[in-house]
Amino acid sequence: MMRFMLPLVAFLVMAIFLFAGLSLNPRQVPSPLIDKPAPEFTMQQLHNPEMILDSKDNLGKVWLLNVWASWCVACRDEHPLLVQVANAGIVPVYGLNYKDERDTAIQWLRQFGDPYTVSVVDPEGRVGIDYGVYGVPETYVIDKQGIIRHKQIGPVTVKSLQEKILPLVKELQRKS
Amino acid sequence: MRRLDHFSLMAVLFLVVMMSPQISFAIGKEAPLVAADPIIEARMLRLSEDLRCLVCQNESIAESRADFSNDLRREIREQIKANKTDEEILEFMVERYGDFVLYDPPLKATTFFLWFGPLFLLVIGSIVLMFILKRRRIQVEEVPELSETERKQAEALMSLEEIENIKTDVSLEKTDVDLSVENNTEKEVLSGKDKGNKE
Repeated sequence: MMRFMLPLVAFLVMAIFLFAGLSLNPRQVPSPLIDKPAPEFTMQQLHNPEMILDSKDNLGKVWLLNVWASWCVACRDEHPLLVQVANAGIVPVYGLNYKDERDTAIQWLRQFGDPYTVSVVDPEGRVGIDYGVYGVPETYVIDKQGIIRHKQIGPVTVKSLQEKILPLVKELQRKS
Repeated sequence: MRRLDHFSLMAVLFLVVMMSPQISFAIGKEAPLVAADPIIEARMLRLSEDLRCLVCQNESIAESRADFSNDLRREIREQIKANKTDEEILEFMVERYGDFVLYDPPLKATTFFLWFGPLFLLVIGSIVLMFILKRRRIQVEEVPELSETERKQAEALMSLEEIENIKTDVSLEKTDVDLSVENNTEKEVLSGKDKGNKE
């Protein structure tokens, strides 16, 4: 009996480890910034270059920071969802226009719709580095105290909105 | 004249083909590989060899041509110019991208298995191997001793077999020396038997 049980058990253990290990997405690198204060920034706005957005102005409200670019193809997939969220007035969405050209970016928003309360420009990706951005699009959920509570790497999907982002936003909004 | 034109056209084409990598680099936004200061550049390269490019995960920041790596190389250069220590620069990267960005991750509770998992497997493997070898040795030692009569029987059987083998070998050769060979082997068999008896 042992003769067959031992290899069987060894095989099952291996199979479980491989199944768990291989079904992980290596692109989803856990961010060390979760539950840490969102890096502060004061940045030029996309539509009004003479205007500045200070991240401290957003203290006291829950907000989404969406990193996007006109060259980013996956951004087009998630864009209609962001427009819906913004139009429904559930939570303000701020855009971080990452390593992009101002004119192309404005043109892109005109074409696909503009869900952003304000978009700021990060042409050299410096604020992106502070936020640990490596795969556009990325979306951060930031609470009233300015703490990052969630990071979505890659495009927002209906599933991720319904299961994670929106419930989290509601919960954070209830807290003082 | 016509031939010369042909030749120069080929030469131009050849040059274009040879230079095309450089041309494509110029079109793609490749950051200059060498900064003005070679000392800074050497330090930047040394640091970035230990950092993982998160976009192309099996390349280091030093090797990668991804935009992401260009940005981080620029960041490292700037921090070196700002007199940051190596530790401070690596700390900066870990704060933003996590331990995953390091090719040489620190020993922590979460990385314990990463560091000691292989050692753990080696120990388990050695124990299993020792167990198997021990069992095999017992199996070998446990072969039952033959009694005197059994041994004689076995030897008789084996010598019979030998004789038969030789017979068939010789008969295949079909020579006249058949008998002498057979006699020899019989003698050998007999002397072998004697030895067996003495023991």
